[in-house]
Order: sequence, then C-alpha cells, then structure tokens
Amino acid sequence: MAKALAAAIGLVSIAAAVTASAASGQPPPGAAACSGCHPASARVTSPVVRLAGLERDAIVRALQEFRSGQRAGTIMDRIAKGFTDEEIQALAAWFAAQPK
Amino acid sequence: MTRRTFLGLASAAALCPAPARAQSAGPRVVVVGGGFGGASCARALRQLAPRLAVTLVEASATFTACPFSNAVIGGLRELAAQQFGYTRVAADGITVVPAMATAVDPAAKSVTLADGTRLPYDRLVLSPGIDIRWGALPGYDEAAAVAMPHAWKAGEQTLLLRRQLEAMDDGGLVVIAAPANPFRCPPGPYERASLIAHYLKTKKPKSKLLVLDAKDAFSKQRLFQAAWAELYPGLLEWVPLSKGGAVTSVDAATRTLVTDFGKHQAKVANVIPPQKAGRIAEAAGVADRSGWCPIDPVTFESTLQPGIHVVGDAAIAGAMPKSAFAANSQAKSCAAAVVTLLGGGTPAAPKLINTCYSLVAPDYGISVAGVYVPSGGQLADVPGAGGVSPANAPRGTRAAEAVLAEAWFRTITGEVFG
Repeated sequence: MAKALAAAIGLVSIAAAVTASAASGQPPPGAAACSGCHPASARVTSPVVRLAGLERDAIVRALQEFRSGQRAGTIMDRIAKGFTDEEIQALAAWFAAQPK
Repeated sequence: MTRRTFLGLASAAALCPAPARAQSAGPRVVVVGGGFGGASCARALRQLAPRLAVTLVEASATFTACPFSNAVIGGLRELAAQQFGYTRVAADGITVVPAMATAVDPAAKSVTLADGTRLPYDRLVLSPGIDIRWGALPGYDEAAAVAMPHAWKAGEQTLLLRRQLEAMDDGGLVVIAAPANPFRCPPGPYERASLIAHYLKTKKPKSKLLVLDAKDAFSKQRLFQAAWAELYPGLLEWVPLSKGGAVTSVDAATRTLVTDFGKHQAKVANVIPPQKAGRIAEAAGVADRSGWCPIDPVTFESTLQPGIHVVGDAAIAGAMPKSAFAANSQAKSCAAAVVTLLGGGTPAAPKLINTCYSLVAPDYGISVAGVYVPSGGQLADVPGAGGVSPANAPRGTRAAEAVLAEAWFRTITGEVFG
C-alpha cells in the first residue's frame, strides 16, 4: 500500500513538474540553438546582438533579408536559409516575448 | 493538482536556497559529463522545468575547453583562458557531483560512481565526449602520448605539445598525423596546422610542418589551402591519403611516423589518433560496434538503451559534426525532449544549428555553418542552408571572422559555465 502510494505520488510529481514547462511554453524549433552565438544570459557580453526583447517585426525582417541575401552577413546569411517563413515568424514571436 | 497549486509550489521553490531546490521531489535526471553538451543540458533542464532534480556528474573540478586550444599550442593564448568551473552551474540548483561515473544499470535506472554510490534516475543523459582508441594505431599507447602528444583532449596534453614546439631548434621538422573520419572537431587538425605554422613562421622560420592525413578531403579544405598558400608557402605541406598520408604505425622512442610510402622522423610529432565515445558510453551499452552512439534524432535517446540519451561528440548525429556548438545545440534540444517525455508528451521535431570558426592566423578566421532536421532516422542538412565562408573574400572579412570566433567562444562558455 505504502509502495503503491509512493509510486502514485511519484507519478503526480513528474506530471506536475512537467506541466510547468508546458505552461511557460517551450521555445519553437531552432530557438534554443541561437544562444550558441547570441547571448541569452545577462552575464554574457558580446558584439553579437542579444535577441530577447527585440521587436518582432525587426527580427522577421532581419532573418528574411539575410535569407534573400539582401542583407550582408558573415554567417547569418548561411543560417537563415535553413528557416521557412513560418519558422521565422515563430522565432520572432518567441524572442520578442522574452524579457530583455 | 491544479495549475494554481502548482504555480504556488513553483514560486515557493524559487525562494528556497539552491541546495534545497536541488533536492526537490521532482523527477530525477542525471547528466554525466560536464562539457559543452552535459553542462548545457543540465542548465537547460532546470530552466525548462525548475522542479526537476538535476544531477551533473563530472570527475574534473575544472573544465578545459578544446575550442581555441590550438591558439594555446601556437603560443597565442594561455590555458587558463580555456578553463571553467561549475560554481554557476551549481548555483542554478543543479547538484554537481565531482566523481567518475563507472557504470550504468539501465534496468535499475541507476548510475554507479567510482566509490560505489548509486544515483537513481528517471532519465539519464550521457555527454561523455571522446576517448582515445589506444592501440588502434600500432605503437601509439598512453606512454607514446608523452613523446608524441595527441593534445586532442585539452589540458596537460595541450601544454606538452606547446612546450615541445618551444623547445625545438629552428629548422626542425614538425609532423601532425590527422585521423580518418569520424573524429572530434573535423577542422581541428587543420586549424592546428595553421597556428603551428604561424608560430614557426614568426619564431622558427627555417622549420617545416608536414600534415600526414588518413583522408583525401577535409572540412573547409579550399579555404584552408588558399590561406596556407598565401600565409605559409613552403612551410606547411599537406599529404593526403592518396599521396601516402596515412600513418600506419609510430615509434615513440625515435618520434618516427611510418606510412606506406616511407618514414618521417620528426622533432615534434602531434599524433591525432582514432577515437571513440567516452568510456561510460560503452559501460552503459549505448555504443555500437563503431564505438559511437546511435540515437533517435528527435529525442537523442539511445536506440540501444531506452531511458538513456546521448549528446555531443559521443553521439552519431548524422550530418552534424562533432563540435562544441553542435553539442550545445543538441543538449538544449535533448533537454526539451526529456522534459516533454517525463510529462508523458511527444517531443516535437527539433531544428539544430552548428557554427564553427577556425583561425588560420590570429587575424584570419573562417567558418562553417549548418542547419539540421531529423530525416530518415538521422539528422540531415537542411538543403540550401549552411556552408563555408566565401572563397576570395577580402582580408577584412577574414579579420571580422577572427573577431567573431573569439566572441563566439566568450558567449558559449558564458552561457554554459558563466
């Protein structure tokens, strides 16, 4: 009985812990990789722009222009070509919603 | 439990000091290996699901980063700039266990440490990096690595190779032996050749550098070769497989490298030997006959042992190279998948990125990038994306990439350890 109860509690706590992330929402595909170069942590300083809290339209425009070659980049021109319009919209919405 | 009660718990947890939070009653995820993959994954797990009990098992108190360690060998940087501790990682509420993981019991779901302690887990993430395949190259064992350093795990080996170069008289022959695929950091041997050539050109210009390669092609090849012709003509010679480049045995006592075409006696020899996934991968039963770890490209879960995920250099990640950026990118996707799986959900297909800079000289950087998605059971390149820096770019572009390379290192190490 005690064992079954412990197991049940275990299951509840697993489900509960994970509901948290569902509530906060996981980043859209590709978003997590950006902080390899664009700092997410406030403790990191870099000449590479921080994405959190940027204006949504500005992110969309930048990615679309990198992708088309209209905007010169050293490396973002190559990376942006790997993202569709829908993915760019999702990334922009996500980063725009993050606290600066 | 209602969402409101849950949020109450979450905020109460946030007020607790770190050790208390680390012992919270949430599901347990153990991460083995505190490099770019493991430390990233541990932090991402806590960030995505603060109630997870995350344990990071790492034997070394200090992590020594491989990216930029070629600059240490070339005398451009000190090893201390490569070293990071786990204080900030622990401050995130991650239990950092300074011990060697020696065994995994997938049925009992526990990791055994060197002192016999067992750590139970609900899900396990292995990010063990590489081990040297001692004996795969006849004559190259652990004792030989003192006379002919591999310097393919950063630390004492890096300093050893640097000291040997510093002690060499001008006019000496330096030889680098590069391995067949796959191995950690595909452009690494060629960045190393470049920065050793830079050291020789500036300090010992009568010397010669020979790169004996077990391959006929390598990462960023055209860019490297164009830069070598411009910067190091007559000093650096690359010998491909088809011209007798494959080293078939070595003799450490005489620093001799043997190929099918002849023998090379070096004053300084850097042997980059064949590799495999870090030892715990084999112990856990997640490495296949190749020595590397097959994974599901969506979740990074081992295809050999359910409940165990593998990220970073140890994983067979299809088109993704074994790089620090790739390990970091995979670790964050894996963390998201682990959180979703623990909640009973189905992880969404990730999209991953790799970016990798190489220095050909202190002010001359080149890069390769890629974007990846799961396809046909593997991680595949997104067609049309990625690629290398443009050929024939002005030196200003190369200088800008050298600056970005340094910025990348500061950012990724800050994100992972800072």
